[in-house]
Formats: sequence, C-alpha cells, structure tokens
Amino acid sequence: MPVGMLGRKVGMTQVYDEAGDLIPVTVIEAGPCVVLQLRSIESDGYEAVQLGFGDKPRRLASRSERGHVVALGSKRQKRVVAAGGESLPKADCEPKRFVREFRTDGEEHGLSVGQELGVGVFADVPFVDVIGVSKGRGFAGVMKRHNFAGQRASHGVKRVHRHGGSIGMSADPARVLRGTKMPGRYGNAHRTIRHLKVVRVDGESNLLLVRGAVPGPNGGELIIRHTNRRTGRGKA
Amino acid sequence: MNELLNSVEASSLREKPLEFEVGDNVDIHTRILEGEKERVQIFSGTVIARRGSGVRETFTVRRIVAGEGVERIFPVHSPKIAKLEVKRHGVVRRAKLYYLRDRVGKATRLKERRVVRKKK
Repeated sequence: MPVGMLGRKVGMTQVYDEAGDLIPVTVIEAGPCVVLQLRSIESDGYEAVQLGFGDKPRRLASRSERGHVVALGSKRQKRVVAAGGESLPKADCEPKRFVREFRTDGEEHGLSVGQELGVGVFADVPFVDVIGVSKGRGFAGVMKRHNFAGQRASHGVKRVHRHGGSIGMSADPARVLRGTKMPGRYGNAHRTIRHLKVVRVDGESNLLLVRGAVPGPNGGELIIRHTNRRTGRGKA
Repeated sequence: MNELLNSVEASSLREKPLEFEVGDNVDIHTRILEGEKERVQIFSGTVIARRGSGVRETFTVRRIVAGEGVERIFPVHSPKIAKLEVKRHGVVRRAKLYYLRDRVGKATRLKERRVVRKKK
C-alpha cells in the first residue's frame, strides 16, 4: 500500500459539489509531513516509512525526540563516527508531535529522510481510510453504548428506565453468556472509517475534504491512507 | 469559528448575496436537471423564516397550493437558485412568521411595505 499521511481533524462543514448538491464534509489538515526515518529489513526486520506531523516545542520534547530529528552530536554518535561507522541520516526539522510508520514491505516509494510530503499525494485518490481515536464517553450505560431501547417511562417501571433488563436465563445455564452487552467504558478507542470519498484536495493549504464523519474531537490526530477496500463503489 | 473551516466554506458561498427579508413575497427561480436538459422552475410565496449562518443558512417560503399550505426550504447559497425576485415587501414585526400557518384565506395576507427610494 502506498504511504499515507498524518493529519489533524479541523471540523465538519458542508460544501456544494459540481451538481449543486450540498454534501457534508470533514476538513482534515493533512500535512506537511516529514519523513523522519526509513526502516529496512537489514536493520529493523521490516520495511516502513516513518512520518512526523505537527511541531512539538523543543522544551517539551525529550532528548531522544530531539535527537531523532536532528544530529545532536552525542558522545556515542561521535565515537561511532570516529570508529569508521556511518552517522544516521536525520530529517533536520523540529521535533514532531505525532509520529507514525507506514509499512511498505518491498514496495518502491522513492522517499528519503527529510523529505516533506503534502496533501497532494491524495490528488488522484478517489477513496481513503481515516484512522483516529474516538471521543471518550467514560462509563456509559447500555442505551448510549449499545443502542438498547431502555424501558417504558410509566406502566409500573420504577427507577430502571434506562436499564437493559434481563442479561440471561435461569438455573440453566446459571451463568451470563460471554459477550453479553452491558454498561462499561465507551469511546476513546482506535477506530478506522473505511472508504471515505475524497471531495477536495487543497494542496496549497494542505486541506483534505472527505465526505462524512471521522473519529475523534476537532483537533484530534488522524492517520489517512489509501483505502484497502477493493469491492463495491471503490472499484475504480 | 475556525479560520480553516471558514476558508473552506468561502468557496461554497454565493458571490453576490440574495437580497430579501422575512415577510417578502418572492419568486425563486431554481435550476432543475431533467435528463440532459436544464430547466428553470419558479416557486413563489412568502418568506416566513431565515435561519443559520454561513453555508448552512436557509430560508423557508410558504405558499397556498390548491387550498393546502406548502412550505419549501431553500439553502441561501445553493447554486441551484438561479435568481430571486422580490415582488412585494410585507410589514412584519417578528423574524419568524410561523403564525401564518394557523391562518386561512384573507388573514394570511401581509400589509405591503412601500419602499421609499432615496433621491440621487
């Protein structure tokens, strides 16, 4: 799969398409992303491209984060070079807030460390997948968490209007079946929304408009990749 | 609102704003696509509400068709609206004229507001 992008959810709005129809879109600020590192079979056991998005102030970045993007000239590094070793290529940029890898596994990507990617990589892509962390809802009841209907407002129902009712049978099986839907932690989970239509790509301001909603709050970090769905409407 | 969102919305906004007010009698020329051909349809009635902001702004037009009240909601910035003609201004004292829904016949009329043109 080609290398995707990292980005930030700006928010939702509506735009008109060529036909004059109003369509709901999510605006994603995708890029600029910097290639921080190239993983290889020889040194890491797999092939991948590591991208970074969004600057992190140097005072908040750890020494290893700073050293990852720019040559600090550490004692160890100097010793390695003095011994005839190769110093690792660095992107020479600010420390990044959001760093993720994209597996390439033998694919030709033609990227090098320090290269800057813009949203233009999606210029001719009809559909994308968007991965993010959904909004955390804390400990939620069954009505919110599993769309249960709850119970009636009256007719003898007391204090259990939002309860789920029975969770099983009686002496047989004398236990609650595994996987029974009950209240619990809801949200704050890694979620992938597949096959979102790319409505517009604005290379200048690095804005990507996709049709529909994506996980997480406004300002949340997102991973955008080419869709891996091969069937249905995505067959272009 | 967010600046980036505004910049995205700006591309969908109408270049020249539609000029009308709540209480106006208007003719709305909408483009309709029938197969290959494009045709213009006119909907005329009274503007009874205007709501929202930015690209989400809409207005509601009410008219009586064959004794039955019909309301249609148009997005202000829709490119499908080719033209909007104000036929008559009405005298109104509120922003939402939902009280017209409870009225029948002569009572649905609004008093005309004559606009005095400024001398050049």
